[in-house]
This record gives sequence, C-alpha cells and structure tokens, in this order.
Amino acid sequence: MSAGVGVELDDVWVRFGDFVAVREANVNIKGGEFFSFLGPSGCGKTTILRAISGFLEPSEGTVSIGGANMAGIGPNKRPTALIFQNLALFPLMTVWENISFSMEVKGAGKKERRHRADELLELIALADQGEKMVHELSGGQRQRVAIARALCAQPDVLLLDEPLSALDLKLRQHMRTELRAIQQQVGITFIYITHDQGEALTMSDNVAVMRDGVIEQVADGQAIYDDPATPFVASFVGENNVLSGKVTALSKNVATVDTNLGKLRARVATAVQGGLNTGDRAMLFVRPEAVGIVETGSRGGNKISATVVTEEFEGSNYHVFMETAAGEPLKMSLVNKGQSRASATGTKLTVTFDADRAVALPVGALASE
Amino acid sequence: MKSSTFLSIFIGLYLIIFFGYLFGPLILMSMTAFNSSEFPRVSPWECFTLEWFDVLARDDALITGLTNSLIIAGGVVVLSVLIGLAGALILTQVWPRLRPWYYTIVISPILVPGVVLGISTLIFWDRLGTMFDARYDSVFYDGIFLTIIGQSTFISAYCMLVFISRLQRFDPALEEAALDLGATHTQTFRKILLPFLYPAIGSAAVLAFLASFENYNTTVFTVIDQSTLTTVLASKVRYGINPSISSLAVIIVAITLVGAIAHEALRRREQLKIERGEITDSSSAAANKMQGWLSGNPAMILLMLVFVAGLGTVWFGSQYSPNQCKVDVRLQKELLQQRQGPDIFSPQGGEQTQPQAPAIPDGSGSGASDTNPGRGTFGDVFDPGNLEEGEGAAPSGEGSSGGGSGDDGAAVQSPGASTFGDVFNPGNLEESAGTGSQE
Ligand SMILES: Nc1ncnc2c1ncn2[C@@H]1O[C@H](COP(=O)(O)OP(=O)(O)O)[C@@H](O)[C@H]1O
Ligand SMILES: [Mg+2]
Repeated sequence: MSAGVGVELDDVWVRFGDFVAVREANVNIKGGEFFSFLGPSGCGKTTILRAISGFLEPSEGTVSIGGANMAGIGPNKRPTALIFQNLALFPLMTVWENISFSMEVKGAGKKERRHRADELLELIALADQGEKMVHELSGGQRQRVAIARALCAQPDVLLLDEPLSALDLKLRQHMRTELRAIQQQVGITFIYITHDQGEALTMSDNVAVMRDGVIEQVADGQAIYDDPATPFVASFVGENNVLSGKVTALSKNVATVDTNLGKLRARVATAVQGGLNTGDRAMLFVRPEAVGIVETGSRGGNKISATVVTEEFEGSNYHVFMETAAGEPLKMSLVNKGQSRASATGTKLTVTFDADRAVALPVGALASE
Repeated sequence: MKSSTFLSIFIGLYLIIFFGYLFGPLILMSMTAFNSSEFPRVSPWECFTLEWFDVLARDDALITGLTNSLIIAGGVVVLSVLIGLAGALILTQVWPRLRPWYYTIVISPILVPGVVLGISTLIFWDRLGTMFDARYDSVFYDGIFLTIIGQSTFISAYCMLVFISRLQRFDPALEEAALDLGATHTQTFRKILLPFLYPAIGSAAVLAFLASFENYNTTVFTVIDQSTLTTVLASKVRYGINPSISSLAVIIVAITLVGAIAHEALRRREQLKIERGEITDSSSAAANKMQGWLSGNPAMILLMLVFVAGLGTVWFGSQYSPNQCKVDVRLQKELLQQRQGPDIFSPQGGEQTQPQAPAIPDGSGSGASDTNPGRGTFGDVFDPGNLEEGEGAAPSGEGSSGGGSGDDGAAVQSPGASTFGDVFNPGNLEESAGTGSQE
C-alpha cells in the first residue's frame, strides 16, 4: 500500500445527452499522490470523480485504477472511497456506526468494528465521541467523521469532492493542514476536488485545472502559478494583470509584445514554446507582486506609467490599484518593509516588471470574475 | 379598540360553532353510551350506566363483524403497505418523463368511487372463479379475501402517497455513500433506505388500518355473505339501534385518542431530536423536553384532558352502581303515568328491568296481548307526556322484525308512537345521524 495505487484517465469523455461534461481527459495520477482537480463550479469536476468512483461510466475512454481497467466494475467493487460534497453521513447511525459501516456490510463483528472505529476516532481527534449521533457534531467534526468513514473502508484511492466548502474560513484553513497530514500518515492516493485555488495549491502535489469539461493544465502548484499553460489558468489561479497586443519579436523564448502601453517583453510560457510566432496576437500576464516601482536611475526593462486610484493596506502587503494611460486597471502588491506609503490617489507612478516574471500566451478565454 | 373586541368575540363565536359542528355529534353520542335510556339519547338523562358496554360485548353479530373487520384490516395493512412501498420505489426509479403517467395511473384508484371498486372486484373474481371452475366455498368467493383485495386497490395508493412524500426527503447521496463503502444493493436497501422509511411504514400502516376498518362502500359488495363491523352497524341502523353502538363508538374514539396522543408524542420527540441537532447543544434541550412537547400545542393539551376525563369516567363507572338510580327513575315514571292514566304501567316496567335484551321483550309484549296494548294504544298516543317514552321503546318493537299480527294491529291503531311513526320523529333522526356519522 505504501507504494500507492495510481489512477489513469485515458481519453475520457462524459456526455449527458448532447451536453459534453468532460472532454478528452487524459490524466495520470501517481500512487500516493495528493492530486487536485481545480476549476470553477460546473466545469465537470464532480463528473470526473464520479467516473473514477464508478457511479457513472465514461461515454468514451477508460478509467484504470492500479493498472486495472475499471469498465463495468460497480462503485462497491472499486478500491476507492468517496467523500461527498455534502458528506452524506448516515443520520440514523451513531458516529462509530457510521465510521465502521464498510466493515458491517462485510459482516465484521460488533467488537471488531468498534475497535477499528475507536482507532480511527483517535486518528481524527474525536476519541470518545463515538456514541454521539451525527447531528450532534459540529461541521468540522462531521467532516472528519466522513474522512474516517472513508478511511475505514481501507481504500487505495480516496476521492474528496469539495469537502471543505461548507466550512467557515478558519476551519477550512485548519482542515487543509489536517487533511494533508492525514494523507501523509496513511500514504494512499488522494484525489481532491475544489474550486478554491488556495486549497489546491497548498495541499496538492499536482493540480489539474479544468474549464468547461476540458483539462487545461496538469502540473505542480508552482508551475500552475508561475508558468500557466493558458490564459484561463493564468487568470483563474491567483491574480494577474492582463495586457494584450501583438508579438513583434521572439528571441530565446522571450517575446516582445506591442501593447497599447508600448513594447513590453515577457517570457513565453513553457506550454506554448514554439507555438507562439511573430505576428500572433498574444496576452501578457504579470502578477501584482512582480510589479514594482521604478527605482530612480534604473535602466531599460518594461516600463509603464500609471495613476494611483486607491491603495489597500493588508498588513504584510499593500496593494496599489492603478490605471494605465490606456485606461486599463493595473494592480501592484508591495511587501510591507516599513517604507512610507506615499501613493495618494492621483499620484503618477512609473512601474516596471522583469520580463522573466511575466508570461506571454496566445490569446484565449479568461476566467470570468 | 372597540372593533377589535367585536372581532375577537366574533372569532370566538365562530370557533365555538366550528368546533361544535366538528365535535358536537361525537360528544353527544359518547354521552348516550352512559345513559341507561333504551334509545341513544342524552335528554332526559336517566341513569349513568356502563351496561351498554356489557350489551355490546354480548352482541354476537357485532363481535363477529368486528373480528372480521380486524382480520381484513390486518390483511389490508400488509398488502397495501407492500404494494404502496413497491409503487413508491418504482416511481423513483422510472424514467423521469414517464413519471407523471405512472403516478396518474397508480393514483387513479383513489379517484374511482368505492362502490365501483367493490363491484368490479366482485365481478372480476367471480369471472376468474368461473374460469377455473372454482367452488363457491373457494377463495374466489370468500368475502374476507375479496374485501382485502378490494380495499387494497385504493388503500395501497394512499400508502404510496405516504411513501412518496417520505422518499422525496431522502438524500440519494446516502445510497451512493453506502454503495461506495462496499455495500451491496440489498444491504443498501436494508440498512439505509428501509430504516429511513420506518416512520412512513408506521404511518402508512395506521392509515391503511383506519381506512380499511371504516370502509363501507367497497366492503358492502365484496364481503358477500359475511360481515364486517361497518356492514353490521349499517344493518343495525336500519333495524333499530340501542346505545351499545354508542359505547362501541366511545371505545373507538378512546383508542383513536390514545393513538393520536402516542403518535404526537413520538413525533415531538423526533422533532426535538432534529432541533437539538441544529443547536448541537444537547444538555439544555434534554432539560426542557417535557415542556417542549406540550407547549405550543393546545390541541394536544385538550386531547390529554379528554383522555384523562375518559379514564375518570371508567373509574367512576367501576365504583358506582346504577341500580338504585334506575329504580328511582322507574318509580318516578310510574308515578307520572299513574297521574296521567290508569292502564299503562306493565309494559313500561318490563322494559326497564330488561335493558340487556332490547330486541325481544316489548314487541312480543304488545303483539301478544291485544287486550292490554300498553303504550301502543290510542289514548296513549295523544298523551303528549308519553310521546317521548314511546320513542325510547320503539326500537325494541322494531327489533322484533315482522312481529305478530297484534303488532300490526297496534300499528294501525296508533300511527304516532308505533314502528313507523318513530322513524319520522325529528328527534329520533338527530340521534341516529349522530351515530351514523361515526361509521
Ligand atoms: N446527471 C446529469 N445530467 C445532465 N447534466 C449533468 C449531470 N450531472 C452533471 N451535469 C452537468 O455537467 C456539468 C458539470 O457538472 P459537475 O461535474 O457537477 O460540475 P462541478 O465541477 O461543479 O462539480 C454541469 O453543467 C452539470 O449541469
Ligand atoms: Mg461538484
């Protein structure tokens, strides 16, 4: 088990009538990995998870778990356990009965079940709460019971469908850490679904970003953030300033894009290297934290002049919202180092960014706000 | 200020009339069960008695009917709950676009008049019996079997409605969760869906039982040569009643009350559990549990009061003997009649001393003795004070069904207080309407 059981989606399509919910999904999830599907609501994440757990058969393509083709194998025969979006704990059973349900249906005796349930209750830090009914627990506790119930079935792959979305922010952040810790403790493959990019980035070894049934990029968190494969990924994950224009020159994977703010240089995203040519329309993405105020006397580089609209102070950072000469918004985040924040509304600034920290991509759809 | 007082008076009045309309007949009839008068009535109040319960217990036709009703109700409960459950489960499974059609078809027996269901059941099984050359003592012609089948055609639809409304609140994710945890489909049904449906199964069973128990219009056809409580009661009403029927009604009302209270208590407990779940603070909820299920429900408190009053009545009845009172009433009547005329007392006295056997004595008495026609005589009828008395005795006269030639003679002689005259007496009509509504 420590080696872990991998999951492979090979050219999977899921259709509901004429509607295509999942289009040509190819994913290779390694054993023991914490893998996330990230995407806005309705993009087909749950559908993929249901195809893996066996509640629906893909219209095309194959799902393999541990190398074995799962076609025709029902959910109760697959080595997966699913944690439902609404948890789906059994309301008429006590906590420990919930947890040991998977043993009950296999005919395990009460003593054995109780013993195992107590072990798992220990794991989720709910020892001696086993006799309670589910509705007597708080949201976070229910969450953990659902995890324990799934783990009790000793699955090779644990599937989690937005399990934290019902919790408040504080608890959510706490549960992130806890989930990750549990995963490392039990060492099985976790497939996690979320529309929250923060969750995906903090917990996962690898993330698949989805849009409208299409998997746009599969990579680790840093690559997703720093080297997005599509404008959608760039705009959906984290914040990004977008500048569009036409590619006028390419050298060593650095593109010069002629925008309405002048010529700006940016690195061509890894995924599109060789695919972006001179003359193509392109989008240039710069993270707010990659933008900085031009030091007096600095030479060359990307320069933009903008007017401050407002400024927000967030403690560790402050965010300066500006408007460029072309009337487009531009955001800059500065680390609070105790410097004076003399950027009152109307102040004219010249800002800059490294070509290396901006990404050029062919024009495409952005994530809607 | 003034108009609001008016309004509250008006509303109060309205409520009194409304509840009087709903419960008046029931209360009146329940009272008649404890009056020693031969005919179910409240006024004049003679003596408090429990003798009608004795009469009821000794009425073989009624007891047979009751036994059959219980057997049939049991059969209907089993059959209807099973069919209803299956019907409701299929509804959740069929192709969504087929659902309205399926629903309409399965629900349609409720819309078909019970009479039609009864006749068609009878004809269908008769045809079937003929096809198989079945004998008349075979199941095709067995009243109890046919009644179970006939009633279940529409009662199972009631049950299905109960199950559907419960199933609508079922989270299908629970089934998927069970499957996902390795349960088979059978295990999922048994361990997840069925426990969820237990309350609905209980409700459906009670509903089916009551619907079956009180059914008349289907039963009257399907029961053939046998009888149920309702058919016995119906024939009794036709041939004259005594307060033992009221006492039966009292028993039924009492059982219903107990059932309602028990059900309400259970429901409250379950509701409390849910509320507690939402609050998640279990300690304080337990403290005001009792308060919780009584407060905010005046109907419940009223029910409890009625129930306690009933218990009190039974206790009082077991302590107190009506004999002394009855003797007093008889003496009083004799006195009254002595003042009114000379030749009256013998049948009156006989009647009062034998209330347990209401069907026989009076009719034969008046029929046998032309020379002593008693209350049937001419002079008597026109005595206004006597009218009431004759009314009370009349059902027993009717009970002798057919009677002797003397009886006929009496009828001709005295249209007022005799068999037929009685039926048209408005006071009488009211009383039987009271019992009639109970069936
Ligand atoms: N059983 C179904 N029948 C028809 N359409 C469905 C069904 N399940 C999901 N869909 C559609 O598929 C799309 C993806 O759904 P889902 O996978 O649940 O999205 P999410 O990413 O929010 O989990 C949605 O547009 C949804 O309406
Ligand atoms: Mg979803």
